[in-house]
Amino acid sequence: MIRAERLTVAYRGRPALTDVDLHVAAGERVALVGPNGAGKSTLLRAIAGLVEPVAGAVELGGSPITGLDRLAIARRLAVVPQLPQLPFATTVEEVVALGRLPHEHPIRGLRPADRAAIAGAIDRVGVGHLLGRDARELSLGERQLVLLALAVAQDAPILALDEPTVHLDLRHQVQVMDLLVDLNERDGTTILAVLHDIGLAAHFFPRVVVLDRGRLAVDGPPAEALSADRIREVFGVDPALVRLAV
Amino acid sequence: MTAIASTRAGLAGRPRIARRPVLLAGMGLAMLAIVVVAGVAAGSVFVPPGDTLAILAHRLLGLDIATTWTRAEETIVVDLRLPRVLTAMTVGAGLAVAGATFQGVLRNPLADPYVLGTASGAALGAAIAVLVPVRTVVLEFGLLHGLAFLGALGAVFLVYRFSRVGGHGQMTSLLLTGYAVGSLLAAGLALAMYLSGTGLRQIFAYLLGGFEAASWVRFATALPLVLGASALIIGRARALNGFLLGEEAAAHLGVNVRRERAILLGLASLATAAAVAVSGLIGFVGLVAPHVVRLAVGPNARLVLPLAALFGAILMVVADLAARLLGEIPVGVVTAVIGAPFFLALLRRTRAGYEL
Repeated sequence: MIRAERLTVAYRGRPALTDVDLHVAAGERVALVGPNGAGKSTLLRAIAGLVEPVAGAVELGGSPITGLDRLAIARRLAVVPQLPQLPFATTVEEVVALGRLPHEHPIRGLRPADRAAIAGAIDRVGVGHLLGRDARELSLGERQLVLLALAVAQDAPILALDEPTVHLDLRHQVQVMDLLVDLNERDGTTILAVLHDIGLAAHFFPRVVVLDRGRLAVDGPPAEALSADRIREVFGVDPALVRLAV
Repeated sequence: MTAIASTRAGLAGRPRIARRPVLLAGMGLAMLAIVVVAGVAAGSVFVPPGDTLAILAHRLLGLDIATTWTRAEETIVVDLRLPRVLTAMTVGAGLAVAGATFQGVLRNPLADPYVLGTASGAALGAAIAVLVPVRTVVLEFGLLHGLAFLGALGAVFLVYRFSRVGGHGQMTSLLLTGYAVGSLLAAGLALAMYLSGTGLRQIFAYLLGGFEAASWVRFATALPLVLGASALIIGRARALNGFLLGEEAAAHLGVNVRRERAILLGLASLATAAAVAVSGLIGFVGLVAPHVVRLAVGPNARLVLPLAALFGAILMVVADLAARLLGEIPVGVVTAVIGAPFFLALLRRTRAGYEL
């Protein structure tokens, strides 16, 4: 599904990723963790084709990303966006409907299949009670769920998320994680999630990739990737402070 | 959507005036027909609406109708008022579509068609045309129209080139560059006005805008530019919708951000330039019409663009009619005087949910 080969990315000459190899097979659920500035978001942006690598290559669903236009990428990979300040009053339903942009008819807009996907995503993520609200008036937790619904409506085989639980209280964090597990196990959606909370990564993801200063430090099951030594080495904290259920 | 829309309406959400865009479009078209007939009938010489309709049917549709009107009335209707009303309609629609586009691409509710320097560019072009002692007229287009058109496009081009920084914050950079270039051009305009002597009145008339000088040829030249640019913009509604969530999200949703941004800004600038070349600078319609429509149907560009065009056209025809009945006062004054209170009233009614 996702193949990043010897990926090197630099911002204005400063390396952000160096020689990263990441292969994610269809139906996998992978957490991407690491300290701030380790290159997690950069890796996600490179996989989505938003930054051009200095060296290396990315393939999505078997095709080199350089040969795919934005629309083709959007049909393979849904990325949960960060909610920016919306310029106009926009209802929750209107936000979720934007997830159908890669599929809708260029002139006629939403078709019945699109409306069904929107209704399905709203139901799946459980944001039906928010539908008529202005998205600008939602709490941070509610916003995160609405954006997740947007990405679910996009209905791509790969779902990528950049810190989906940031700002969320514990209940919402678990709700989001449960949803990701469900999308992965029931629908076979491949999931790649950048997580700042290694506890959530260890508990909900069978495979954890640790990035450290732009390099791939370790890639494996949580027990191996998030061992006490790794946590001390990569995050520079006493592993006793991080109690993992692994 | 009807099922979802009705649940949405049932929830105590943000109040929207209308949930039925088709009904709204029908009402808009009917209203447009009424104001066009009124616009053609009324003026210093009043031609009864019945005769106006008969003349239009006779001359435009070729219907065989018994003549109950004078030759002078026919000339007034066909050669003077009809091109004027149609020009107002076209300019109103073009400015509204351009305004909706600039607001959407720049993600700024305060943007209007003039935000990237088109107004100051056109004004400077017009002022230079007045100063230059050359008088050429090609197809009823003088130097003033030509330089205004080129000035408007040139200003946007400068702004776009200067702001090419790439990455985040580009929209802010574009707006700030637009402001800076606009100020520079405004200084040039001030100098030109200072030097213009007897030409000052002519420059001033252009700055205030109006349709007294409308003619069939001018209308026929502006129409394809405005209509073509607007139609192409409406065809790119998907990209405009993508910009709602910001550029990065738009890219994730399949929008080629750099390309679409350039195309949309270019088309909106073209529509604006064509409009200001034939009518001068008329404010407010391009800012307000898209917002009024969004209050009714939400931010979906697929609905906002055509409905804003319709509303902008109605607003401009009414403004021109009012300007004519009040003794040819500048249309820009009328658009502000009738537009601002209307807009304020709407904002008050829906203040709970709509903030600029």
